[in-house]
Amino acid sequence: MKHLRALVTLIAVVAMTVLLPGCGEPPRGIVLWHPYRGGEEAALKKGVLRFEAERGLKVTVLAVPYEAYLAKLEAAIPRGNGPDVFIGPHNRLGEYLLHRLVAPVGDAFPDADAPRYEPVTVAAITYEGERWAVPLASKCGALYYNPRLLPEAPRTLDDLAAKRDFALGPGIWPLAYESHTAYWHSALLHAYGGELFGAPASTEGGAGAPPGFAMTGEAAERSLDKARELVATRVVPDEASGDLVKTLFTTGKAASVISGPWLAGDLEDKVPYEVVPLPSIPGVGAMRPFLTVDGVFMTPEGAKSEGARALARSLGDAASAAERAEIGKQVVATRSYWSAQDGGGDAAALSPEAKRQRALLVAFHEASADAIPMPVSPAMNPVWVPAEQAIRKVLRGDASPRDALAEAKARYDDVMRTPPREAVSPAPLVVVVGLALLAAAFAVVRRVRAPGFRRELAASKPAYKYVLHAAITILVLVVLPLVAGAAMSFFAGTREEARFVGLGNYVEILTARGKPLLSHGSFYLTLLVTVAWTVVNVALHVSIGLVLGIALARPVLRLRAIYRVLLIIPWAVPSYVTALAWKGMFHRQFGAINAILVALGAEPISWFAKFSTAFAANVSTNVWLGFPFMMVVVMGALTSISKDVLEAAEVDGATRWQAFRLVTLPLLRPTLLPAVVLGSVWTFNMFNVVFLVSGGEPDGTTDILVSEAYRWAFARNAQLGYAAAYAVIIFGLLALMSKVLGRIGGGDAKEAI
Amino acid sequence: MSARSKRGSALEAVLVHALLLVAVVYALYPVLWVVTLALSKAGGIEPRVIPVPHGADEITLDNFRLVTGAGDPERSWLFARQLVNSLVVSFATAATAVAIATPAAYALARFEFVGKRSGLRGMLLTQMFPGVASAVPLYLILDALHLLDTRSGLVLVYAATAVPFAVFQLRGAFLAIPVDLEEAAMVDGATRTQAFLKVALPAARPAIAVTALFAFMSAWNEFILAATLLGRESAFTLPVVLQSYVGEYSTQWGAFAAGAILVSVPVMVLFYVAQRQLLSGLTAGGVKG
Repeated sequence: MKHLRALVTLIAVVAMTVLLPGCGEPPRGIVLWHPYRGGEEAALKKGVLRFEAERGLKVTVLAVPYEAYLAKLEAAIPRGNGPDVFIGPHNRLGEYLLHRLVAPVGDAFPDADAPRYEPVTVAAITYEGERWAVPLASKCGALYYNPRLLPEAPRTLDDLAAKRDFALGPGIWPLAYESHTAYWHSALLHAYGGELFGAPASTEGGAGAPPGFAMTGEAAERSLDKARELVATRVVPDEASGDLVKTLFTTGKAASVISGPWLAGDLEDKVPYEVVPLPSIPGVGAMRPFLTVDGVFMTPEGAKSEGARALARSLGDAASAAERAEIGKQVVATRSYWSAQDGGGDAAALSPEAKRQRALLVAFHEASADAIPMPVSPAMNPVWVPAEQAIRKVLRGDASPRDALAEAKARYDDVMRTPPREAVSPAPLVVVVGLALLAAAFAVVRRVRAPGFRRELAASKPAYKYVLHAAITILVLVVLPLVAGAAMSFFAGTREEARFVGLGNYVEILTARGKPLLSHGSFYLTLLVTVAWTVVNVALHVSIGLVLGIALARPVLRLRAIYRVLLIIPWAVPSYVTALAWKGMFHRQFGAINAILVALGAEPISWFAKFSTAFAANVSTNVWLGFPFMMVVVMGALTSISKDVLEAAEVDGATRWQAFRLVTLPLLRPTLLPAVVLGSVWTFNMFNVVFLVSGGEPDGTTDILVSEAYRWAFARNAQLGYAAAYAVIIFGLLALMSKVLGRIGGGDAKEAI
Repeated sequence: MSARSKRGSALEAVLVHALLLVAVVYALYPVLWVVTLALSKAGGIEPRVIPVPHGADEITLDNFRLVTGAGDPERSWLFARQLVNSLVVSFATAATAVAIATPAAYALARFEFVGKRSGLRGMLLTQMFPGVASAVPLYLILDALHLLDTRSGLVLVYAATAVPFAVFQLRGAFLAIPVDLEEAAMVDGATRTQAFLKVALPAARPAIAVTALFAFMSAWNEFILAATLLGRESAFTLPVVLQSYVGEYSTQWGAFAAGAILVSVPVMVLFYVAQRQLLSGLTAGGVKG
């Protein structure tokens, strides 16, 4: 026992001493978080340094990746560990308010400062009569065009449509934009007078119906018809991701693209370009993009600090704005920068590169004047997914605009269903939980009163010393968070404003919210998909892993070490980028898989248009990501098998197959079984491949249960209770399945788990 | 080597190599696209079967320079620190997870005790609960333990998530080792602890290696918890830094791909070294005793 403890303590001490340096906390002063990178980050830091020098205050700046930004804000701010000020886009204000992450900026933006900023940006950060941020910069789309391909700036969509069918050259598209996203489609929608969210933020805030799904009616239908026409007549490529749009333009395969100011940073000198406002549609109106405004927000804690407010204010001043424009290439919200440009400024002293840079900013500044600020409301987040499903459906030609939009509206209403308002009696919950506890207590009592229990307990003491620390670790860091999560399933609303609804969430999920049980997005349909997903994946993981593991175990194999390393590469490379590489490979027009199919003489396939092919795309990605793990497990397990046994089998005259089936496989079983069981459980809950590759396409049919839970938590108005109920149900299902499978598998399975 | 595996092994060797080559192509093909992305200026988009940058002049190391901050001492220094963070955190996670899981797995394989069944079941159950939004509860717990903003706290969290699998995996390995060896040692006067440390542990080394690799990998590529639980840029791990190339509107895929390749190199080196040490023919020494 002494040795064991010594070993564990030694490892713990070594680990901690290595880790401890760097934990000493220097004074932090004012804390600023931002999601910027590159030039934007450098410009921001410059402004902060100047503020520190002028005010003699310390400022700590932290860049947080966009994908973790909201999670981090949400975890830290309510606990008082958050920043004092943080930078974010104004359209997230609804969520910030929902989670109580922000306070009005107060004297960081006094009334006297109002003329300092562009009116459109001031309107964007004003909500219900309060100012919630100091506006820094605006972002909206504009048209980049390649003057080598289009000598004259395209003013109308028809100018571009005239170049359809590759009139400009083989494989050269007149226009590329992310036609399947709601954000970019909205520019067309606005041209026809439609809107995505109801009640655009009025300058004074307040009046009007609360924003909700507003993409209905004739304008929306006409905009979808137009989008479909652009794709069908080969003016615009389909399924273009942001990255594809960029590469099409830089490689001269798109004569013009619709994108934001961020694209310019990637273009550098790769391709000549000019920027003009979006084209108009003859007889209809101008395409108008959405406008988002980056602002400095104050946390409730930070709003109390004078220094923090002064920092926020100084980031909006003329000097900081000039830096952010010149270094960060931002379309700044501060007017003084633009008035200096109008007067010609120091233009003569500028290099051609800097001149071009300024022209670009000026073009975006002009475009922003005509853009529509995104409204602010927590109710708009759930609009995106149904809207995009409708757009994609129409673009694929699977539904008429009217039907697709009606369906999208119904889906939005379904998601936004109001949870029961009135206080719910906790009685049913108490009964269920009480019964469960009673059953558990009964089982414990029976066990304790069984003959010889004390003796057994005494005999167990040595074993407890071995398992104690594992038990504590798991209880505190694994079980506790899960219980906390499960408890949320009895509540509706956000974390900060939870309302007890008892078993209401469960009832709604299990009754498919009153719709037919196998309707779109219902729990039961998703469950079927999930089971198929798990079975197919695990079967492929295990069989590929077994075959490769056994092949690699051959003692005489040449290059064995090399093969092994090459074959674990899919596990070693971060899956975020490889999953997206797979998605790219399945692209209909530009993907490698279709290129191979064509080279073999087959027809290209539109992978994400049908459930079966989209599912196959997801599966091939996940199998690719997962087989190395199973292979390594098999390799590890094989080395534990004594060679004597196999040699004995051989001496007894067993064939290779017999030896494998009767000797190797049974011996592999104890080590392999946990990996298979846990692998199934993980696959059941593996949402990121589904998210990254098919994204639920077509029409949400490839979503599995856990991705549905994530959508409820993050894309649908933060209904965490509903998501938690989904999680508990998934948990219950898996527990039930493991029990049933354990019965079927007989003693062996029970022994292993 | 027995006589029979020599006979007719030429054909078999060819078949095995063919099989492995197919597997290698499947494993590497998507990665080649990532490499192309990292090396090329513009990235290629026309449908091509073989992913290569357009021409020699199109190949550039700019993305790698950008990620490592080459030319900017301050940024390179930060990158080096973050690389060290990643290594320290992942190795510490592997060590901690193995240290916590091995004794527990041994007890679950060799001892009968009250609560063993339910303990095993409970551990399996923890894996079944999807961790939707579990970052906030973890944040609260680490806050209460005063481990927020420390790498030790992050290591504990990673290790804890890896422990259940590690226990199952190691228990399976201990079950596969004949009990006789330890019993023989104990007859010779060894204590239970000595039998565990001197006999069972060496025999289970391949499984321990696999488990450690698993724990290492779970820490090596994780970014959400790391970004949420750590509060200073100098404490961040590499995946967090990589992820910051993904923005709301645009992603610097070239830089991301270059970073992803840099991140996966240490893992491959580690695996190459580890497999020689731990995955080949150890059984001979361990079990035959």
